Amino acid sequence: MNDSAEQPTYNYLTAGDTVKSWLLTVDHKRIGVLYLIAMTCFFLVGGTAAGLFRLELATHNPDVLSNDTYNKLFTMHGIIMVFFFLIPAVPGVLGNFLVPLMIGAKDVAFPRLNLASWYIYMLGGSFTLLAVLLGGIDTGWTFYTPYSSVYADSNVILAGTGVFITGFSSILTGLNFIVTIHKMRAPGMTWMRLPLFIWAQYATSIINILGTPVIAITLLLVVFERAFGFGIFDPARGGDPVLYQHLFWFYSHPAVYIMILPGFGVVSEVLACCSRKRIYGYEFVAFSSLAIAAIGFFVWGHHMFTSSQSEYAALIFSVLTYLVGIPTAIKIFNWTATLYKGSIELSAPMIYTLGFIGLFLVGGLTGLFLATMAVNVHLHDTYFVVAHFHYVMVGGMMMAWLAGLHFWWPKMFGKMYNEFWARIGAVVIFFGFNFTFFPQFIAGYMGMPRRYHVYAPEYQPFQMLSTTGAFFMGIGLLICMVTLISSLFKKGYCGRNPFKATGLEWNQAASPPNTHNFTAPVVVDVEAYDYTDERIYQDA
Amino acid sequence: MKAVKTSPDVASTYADQVDGLYYYLIGVSVFFTIAICALIIYFSVRYRRQSDADRPAPTKDGKLLEILGSVIPFILVMIMFFWGAKLYFDARMPPKDAIEILVTGKQWMWKLQHPNGKREINDLHVPVGVPIKLTMTSEDVIHSFYLPDFRKKMDVVPGKYTQMWFKPEEEGAYNLFCAEYCGTEHSLMVGKLYVVGQEEYEKWLNTRWVDGAPMANVDTNDPVAAGEEIWDTNCAAACHTGKAGAIAPNIVDKFGTMRDLEGGEQILMDENYVRNSMQNPNEHIAKGYPAAMVSFKGTLNTTQMNQVIAYLKSRSTADSE
Repeated sequence: MNDSAEQPTYNYLTAGDTVKSWLLTVDHKRIGVLYLIAMTCFFLVGGTAAGLFRLELATHNPDVLSNDTYNKLFTMHGIIMVFFFLIPAVPGVLGNFLVPLMIGAKDVAFPRLNLASWYIYMLGGSFTLLAVLLGGIDTGWTFYTPYSSVYADSNVILAGTGVFITGFSSILTGLNFIVTIHKMRAPGMTWMRLPLFIWAQYATSIINILGTPVIAITLLLVVFERAFGFGIFDPARGGDPVLYQHLFWFYSHPAVYIMILPGFGVVSEVLACCSRKRIYGYEFVAFSSLAIAAIGFFVWGHHMFTSSQSEYAALIFSVLTYLVGIPTAIKIFNWTATLYKGSIELSAPMIYTLGFIGLFLVGGLTGLFLATMAVNVHLHDTYFVVAHFHYVMVGGMMMAWLAGLHFWWPKMFGKMYNEFWARIGAVVIFFGFNFTFFPQFIAGYMGMPRRYHVYAPEYQPFQMLSTTGAFFMGIGLLICMVTLISSLFKKGYCGRNPFKATGLEWNQAASPPNTHNFTAPVVVDVEAYDYTDERIYQDA
Repeated sequence: MKAVKTSPDVASTYADQVDGLYYYLIGVSVFFTIAICALIIYFSVRYRRQSDADRPAPTKDGKLLEILGSVIPFILVMIMFFWGAKLYFDARMPPKDAIEILVTGKQWMWKLQHPNGKREINDLHVPVGVPIKLTMTSEDVIHSFYLPDFRKKMDVVPGKYTQMWFKPEEEGAYNLFCAEYCGTEHSLMVGKLYVVGQEEYEKWLNTRWVDGAPMANVDTNDPVAAGEEIWDTNCAAACHTGKAGAIAPNIVDKFGTMRDLEGGEQILMDENYVRNSMQNPNEHIAKGYPAAMVSFKGTLNTTQMNQVIAYLKSRSTADSE
């Protein structure tokens, strides 16, 4: 087959067209598509919430929302984006679709468990949406006690249960990927030949398995304290509210890496392909993922420098936080070095990827400000923190997610989107993003606390810029969505390997792949990212 | 059009020191951001697919670059670490001559009490040039006392006391914010810090203001006197005598000292210890004495416990801190 060849008529998409064939599928590719649809819906709900409160924040006085509505909107935005978009996006959609394809396997190790993960995710999501529909929740996504466990007058129990349930989806997916990567690699696919996307999924899965049970237990304790009056966190009953913060961040800091590491994997793939080079320092990039996963478990206290935890504990958390920055710096240097003497094509996925490097760099460097104890005391709980984690989460993770989605879209659906409009979307999102979040660094340094509905007038110029930027970012996302979805109705076939990339998913599987992924036995005889291999340039 | 302010006021020497570190961080960040972005843009243009740039066969990865890429950032961040930690620890130790003000956070207001018992809500008046120590607790959820112009912030936690201190050096009015999300009117839990001249502060402290006009004879509601009354009327004076055969040790002048406990440990008699002992007397048993004290949990409210602490502090013979 080649570019002009017909799309294969039998593939995983055409294997059955009943609703039942989708909802009871155990095909990892279909499950990936199920995640894609569900997650896009959650993303739109979370994004709408953000749009509403951004509008409100354009001026310093209350305009369109009441205090409570404002509080419920930012809480909903946080919970939905963190637990139902950022954490599951890359593993749920791209991970499910690609992990077996990239290592030459027929499916994941436990296909039924994989489907169960999706249902658990949907069940957790339903609880959370129900909490929103029944009047919302106003604790912030961090559920700090004793506000959440005693004082809040909103649906904490429902939302907490939703997040608790969803956690099991992450744990089971993590388990599935680890077993798959260990046991189901094709002959010749040694560890050092694994695509970096797989390394990233592997590191992420380890954090998921080790960390997620802790948040599950913690939220369960909050629910119990609220429902049955346990005295775990409420000082009036002998509990310790700061204990909650330790437990919460013990998971939620590593969770940052759960969100961003899969994005690192995507970026490595796109970068290698669009500059026709092996990733510079492959081993360093691979092992830095594991190093980040390991050290990331010992830095949670940097969220608590002003919480009344011991000063000496704070000292240790501060120094470890810098150490986790080193493997991250190594990755950025290696990605940049990969471009040197490459053959660079600025396709839409590549624009997202280069945007990712720039924005994630700013996110990472501003993380150093927050790791610095004395500076943290000033910046903690201000807009500086809001800007910092949006640079990491949106500028980093969301850009990487969109890079990956554009990169593997033709593989998933057999259609190529309009490249021109895809690039326009990428550029608009990039500039819109910077307009939205850069001013927040300044507002934060000036001392504007986060989660403020009404604020002092001196911060208004920055908030107005932010709201304007958010409008452009929304336009960019709309362009991106329309471009991708409209491609599905195009005639024409994108070919098996439109980007001329290395990797089993491109070279040994059709677009879209058939139900069993590969038609012939897979044997791997080349290193990862060997762009001198002539075979990838032929459409055999 | 008014010029847009892009940095906070500098209200103390400490704020200036934090800014110094902040500018170092900005320097490092701007350097790396520009360097990496410039490289990305340069490579993207120079090595774009259509260009005829020289592209030799792939070379082996250089270990030197990886080592430099780890060591240089390591040195730069260790400077940040030590500098930041030093300032942080400096900022944690209040000087002995500080004026102590009691802060109570409550949804959604700040209740402040001066040493002579004078109270304010949301506004805090302090004299210029004198260190101010805040001893803080919350009546409900966690709040956070934030003075951006002093670059200082500390959480205000129910069930315990936290402390922060600052030294105002410029007269003026400064923002006071609650930085920890605390519910519906979190964003309205704001106030002003008024730094006034020494004399003006004295005058303000000893005057009762009604509708902006001074009135004579301030009703101070002196916390020390109130605390003494609680101490005397709740048998503490009778029990805590420390005489031979007494049921409890004499602690009335021991605030700020280390106390011996059963089992050989020692504990500092500070605000948290005294409060905890009133509520959970059997958690720490004084060495050589029986676990005989009754709990005052539910009997004494937060204000009354604060008054007892104020009384014990006033009697203390220890060198504070």
